[in-house]
Amino acid sequence: MSLIMIFYYAICIYLIGLLVWNFIREKKNFEDMTLYLLVLIPLILRVLRVK
Amino acid sequence: MARTWIAKAILLALFLAVLVQGGSRLFRHRHFDITVVAGPGVTKVVHLSDYCQGLKGTMADTLVFFMEGKEAGGKMLIMSNTHANEPEGFLAALIIIENAVVEKGTLLVIPQFNHSASRNTRPGDGYPLFYEIATEWGKKKFRMGNRDASPLDQWPDPDVYIHYPDRQLLSFIDVRNVNRTWPGRPNGPLMERVTFAAMEIMRQEKVDVAVDIHGAETMFPVTNCIVAPEKSQKIATLATLTVKAREGFDNHVEPSPSGFRGLSHREIGDYSATLPFLLEAPIPFLDQPTGPKTEKLLLDGKDPFLLSLAGKKKLFVPYDESGWPLEKRVGQHCSVTLEIMRQYSKKSPEKAIIVQDIPRYADIVKNGVGHYFHDPKGAEKNKIYLN
Repeated sequence: MSLIMIFYYAICIYLIGLLVWNFIREKKNFEDMTLYLLVLIPLILRVLRVK
Repeated sequence: MARTWIAKAILLALFLAVLVQGGSRLFRHRHFDITVVAGPGVTKVVHLSDYCQGLKGTMADTLVFFMEGKEAGGKMLIMSNTHANEPEGFLAALIIIENAVVEKGTLLVIPQFNHSASRNTRPGDGYPLFYEIATEWGKKKFRMGNRDASPLDQWPDPDVYIHYPDRQLLSFIDVRNVNRTWPGRPNGPLMERVTFAAMEIMRQEKVDVAVDIHGAETMFPVTNCIVAPEKSQKIATLATLTVKAREGFDNHVEPSPSGFRGLSHREIGDYSATLPFLLEAPIPFLDQPTGPKTEKLLLDGKDPFLLSLAGKKKLFVPYDESGWPLEKRVGQHCSVTLEIMRQYSKKSPEKAIIVQDIPRYADIVKNGVGHYFHDPKGAEKNKIYLN
């Protein structure tokens, strides 16, 4: 795997961490909670090397 | 507070359901292997990476089937699934691998030329992930691929793809389109390594003729044709005239543009002694103004919107209620390939390529594509390949 791919996957994992943290911290806004989870889907599929 | 956690739990459960349901389907598609039963003509099977070390262990590595005749003669390389969303070429290549017997010369067949693209899909266009062909022993299942290699295997895309070695500026997506990366280089992006390996096959094995099999939209003028550079045009013209006269289907010759780089029909001819030909058959599934992109549309090529457009003379091929079924498209490819072989053999008798048991257009239209596939359960284990 090339260096840039390793950076890319590291950034994906970092973003997943941010989104999960925001999801946990969100207390009131259900739209934001839903959005955090929706945005997570492609990132998780990429890190798992599914799509 | 409790209400928030309940809502979060429900959202999380929905999220996991979507992730598992969607992800598992995509995972199964990427890891599904198509069974190929090597026919009596197959003498050896090697990997494309044997000709370019940079492909070893990557998703772009693919099988190369050698079919050597008892008598020495010319050599023909057949490539299909260059664009893995044009399955008629792939099915024609499988029919050849499973049935052909070479008497003179050698056939080399790479059925999944863009192997990475065959494990990719285009969910944004609603492509089916699989399609099935009816055979006498049940249904044979195939992956439906995409035009370009998967970003899982080659990434990132540049802003603009600078073609090697001509430095022509091409669309960024063409860096993953194996019919824009010819003639390739051994240390370039993955798709350039694929085309470089194919060029090495042609140079090392001294291949005389290369056939790259595709499908094209009915609204695209370069369809139902052979695309050929100057040095292949005589054979291409004779082949199209012969199939029209003898087998009754339309086919014409399109000249390979010298200013558009990266295409097989241009670069193979310019960078080797091989005569290149690119075959196109109409595939309504790829047209934009159609109904849903279903497996049925892929197989029978029937679409009411295209029928309406045909009435307004907007299509470049004849089109009626019978659509453009898979049997016709695969049959055309088999017949045109055989005719190129015959015309080349007439022109160079000392390098003739004589092959038996490849069905022609009328046979495939009559019997169906599935008739020519063999049951893996009844085959010897050493004849079965997963691709």
